[in-house]
Amino acid sequence: MAKPTPQRKKTESTRGRGRRRSQKRRAEPLVRIRDLEFSHEGRYGTCPSLFKGINLDIHRGKIVAILGPSGTGKTTLLRLIGGQLSASAGRVEVDGEQLSTLNRKGLYRLRRRIGMLFQSGALLTDMTVFENVAFPILEHTRLPGKMVRDLVWMKLEAVGLRGAEALMPAELSGGMARRVALARAIALDPMMVLYDEPFTGQDPISMGVLMKLIRELNQTLRLTSVVVSHDVEETLSIADYVYLLSEGQVVGKGSPQQIRQAQSPWIQQFLKGEPDGPVPFHYPAEPFHTVLMGAQE
Amino acid sequence: MSEVVHQWLLSLFSLFRRLGRGQFFLFHLLGGIPSLIPRFRLVIQQLYAIGVHSLTIVMVAGLFVGMVLGLQGYNTLVDFGAEESLGVLVALSLVRELGPVVAALLFAGRAGSALTAEIGLMKATEQLSGMEMMAVDPVHRMISPRFLAGFISLPLLTAIFTLLGVFGGYFVAVPLLGVDEGAFWSQMQARVDFFEDIQSGVIKSVVFGFVVSWIALFEGYDATATSEGVSRATTRTVVHASLAILGLDFVLTALMFGA
Repeated sequence: MAKPTPQRKKTESTRGRGRRRSQKRRAEPLVRIRDLEFSHEGRYGTCPSLFKGINLDIHRGKIVAILGPSGTGKTTLLRLIGGQLSASAGRVEVDGEQLSTLNRKGLYRLRRRIGMLFQSGALLTDMTVFENVAFPILEHTRLPGKMVRDLVWMKLEAVGLRGAEALMPAELSGGMARRVALARAIALDPMMVLYDEPFTGQDPISMGVLMKLIRELNQTLRLTSVVVSHDVEETLSIADYVYLLSEGQVVGKGSPQQIRQAQSPWIQQFLKGEPDGPVPFHYPAEPFHTVLMGAQE
Repeated sequence: MSEVVHQWLLSLFSLFRRLGRGQFFLFHLLGGIPSLIPRFRLVIQQLYAIGVHSLTIVMVAGLFVGMVLGLQGYNTLVDFGAEESLGVLVALSLVRELGPVVAALLFAGRAGSALTAEIGLMKATEQLSGMEMMAVDPVHRMISPRFLAGFISLPLLTAIFTLLGVFGGYFVAVPLLGVDEGAFWSQMQARVDFFEDIQSGVIKSVVFGFVVSWIALFEGYDATATSEGVSRATTRTVVHASLAILGLDFVLTALMFGA
């Protein structure tokens, strides 16, 4: 066996270091959120913080669900991960990069590896389905037209809408629009896809299709998926890990199984959709009989 | 009383913040213009949407304004036996003032409000956020082409407005009221100066094109992302752009003809 030359030794050790670094990186969470606080800028100043020091990890290759009632800041959290909003305190790291330290160019470089499915689909209304899916490819690559066409067809085929390529967004049903938006979100083969309320307002068939697509795309494209939703059953059925948010805090986390078995009355009320419980039916007010008696006087 | 002062100060603070945002927005969109050179197709599309679609209203308005000028001017000038100067009156009024100002007001109402509504709705339907998440700068990709198209369109529309106004005045003066055709055109030719009159009109229309496009696009981009927010922004565009046109018209006229 030939003795390795110093040059070859060096190359092998560099490769080994590279592999170890890559393995170490793969073991690290793709998204790491620490002590996160966020305040909206109101008309006359800063509003109170929406989050009270949230800590959250999203591991690579998993489908992570962020559940919680309306108004808890789930979509805000997604926008913080996507860098559309900046944290007031704490830090958000995506693939080892702290978002607050990135300039616009760095943020855009990172976003090319992130897809996002908006609640409304956010399709460009003056473009056809084909043009919508081709949009990010044409903006970021200089591929020949034929290759762009083939790529768009592949993405549309993956979501089952190759036949709808010539339609305008106004001609699509809500479910179809989200599937087109999903094809566009994966157009640049991202490392992570963020889903903002993907099931809201969908009929059972569309919901089933979307669930299947999220699960399959996550596996076949080795994506990391973050699903923000308040559709409990659908989300729990596809998620690998779940965070429950309420009043600016993580009130529960674990596998869907662990979440279902949680003892917390709040979690049980949320999962079962009970109208009264730790979250009261009535908005805090003076007792009704006191108000009525006062009115009679 | 102190509460009123407090609210007033907060509103003032809010206004200054908005003005600041408007300045940043302008620098941002101007920064996107060089990137449009290799993709001038985007500007041409907008020139069609903004300029060509405004043609009808500008042409019809220009014709009628010229006709009214012809009628009113004739009734005044005929008392002094100076009806042959009608061509000069119509041309100077249109070239110096009415052309740039009325065309800009029509442009603000027709194209400006449409631009605000379009960008505001793009914001409300998360299309602009979607672009940001695709690492595409929405200001450079969507707003800069519209700004450039608006900036180019208005001087051209003003020229068309003025031209049709002059023809409107001619139509009323010569065939209807019997003003001498030779005197109408020759006096106009002799008294309208290219540098003093036409150039001043062009400068005004360029300034108005810049300001109206900026206001319209900023209002759309800064609109609250609701149907009510877009509606308010559209109204604000028409009001603010119209006031800006009239205010700037006075300033520009004072600078060019005041001395």
